[in-house]
Amino acid sequence: MGSSSSFWNVAYRQAMKSGVFVAKVYSFLHVTTTYLAFPAFAFGPSMIPTLHPSGNVVLAERISTRSRKLSRGDVIVLQSPEDPNKIPIKRVIGLEGDCVSFVVDPEKNDESRTVVVPKGHVWVQGDYTQNSRDSRIFGPLPYGLIRGRVLWRVCICLTLYSLISRIKSVFFFCILFGNQYGLVSNDI
Amino acid sequence: MGIQNLLWQVTKKAFTGGIIGVTISDRCCSVVPVRGDSMSPTFNPQRNSYLDDYVLVEKFCLQDYKFARGDVVVFSSPTHFRDRYIKRIVGLPGEWISSSRDVIRVPEGHCWVEGDNKASSLDSRTFGPIPLGLIRGRVTSVVWPPQRNCMLALFMVCAFYIIKWVSIQLHVPQDSLWKL
Repeated sequence: MGSSSSFWNVAYRQAMKSGVFVAKVYSFLHVTTTYLAFPAFAFGPSMIPTLHPSGNVVLAERISTRSRKLSRGDVIVLQSPEDPNKIPIKRVIGLEGDCVSFVVDPEKNDESRTVVVPKGHVWVQGDYTQNSRDSRIFGPLPYGLIRGRVLWRVCICLTLYSLISRIKSVFFFCILFGNQYGLVSNDI
Repeated sequence: MGIQNLLWQVTKKAFTGGIIGVTISDRCCSVVPVRGDSMSPTFNPQRNSYLDDYVLVEKFCLQDYKFARGDVVVFSSPTHFRDRYIKRIVGLPGEWISSSRDVIRVPEGHCWVEGDNKASSLDSRTFGPIPLGLIRGRVTSVVWPPQRNCMLALFMVCAFYIIKWVSIQLHVPQDSLWKL
């Protein structure tokens, strides 16, 4: 086996090793963010005063949404039914079976409607109701579109520059910390 | 201590394999059985056969949610989110669908799904258009029973022989191919 160690042989072995390591890291990250918890960058005016409109980094967890343990008042990350590529953050106001009353068009008049939330759906609204596209516009939200429940806010980032510099400092801290305790090694 | 070491090694390898398998089935493709006959004769053409059809579901379409009319998709039910249904997309966002009583417009971000066997199929004629975000994958081919599918078997056999030929050309020792 050791006779022909040509360049392609060595290169093939190295590529296989790094490929397996990258696959392991990617799958670990995927399983953690899909089944446990994931960070999210939230911006926009629809959740004032809970979230800052310029940007917040929040941590959202997926365990309670998979086992249907949502309750009224939870802030959730969902997938918009109007555009599947948009991921808004809103608050749960009503669960299935609740009667929800809301003002249809606050700028025009005070006419209100009462809706019963059907089975398998929730009613979501933003905290800043004057500027929020939520269930008052697209109706009750099916449970399958809920991505996670927001646990806590990690930090407020007023500009994109501050977010990038914060990510860089966390990255370097992890590298230094890992080196000191032997977590980052060359032998894979 | 040898047994403990061996057990630990086996556990680590099984854990890694499990995590990689979960990632592949979430991101790449997975094989699911088709139950019921709401998609006859496309899937499960015989009503009382013992074998269910197994189909290959690909997940690359979930990156940008671009579907075409006629795609067969797997989606979560809007009323019972743990159930998964397999139906065909008949209407894309913005199109008009004629149901029994009137004409309905499919809203933005939604699609209209119907089963091929209209007599016994629970689909958009009952629960309305579904949001595209509920779709969990697109069905590309039938993988079992093998007499209903020859393309996949042919493809896998060709791929195996191509990989073998390439590794022989590169003078890779044949037993190291399996040492991943």
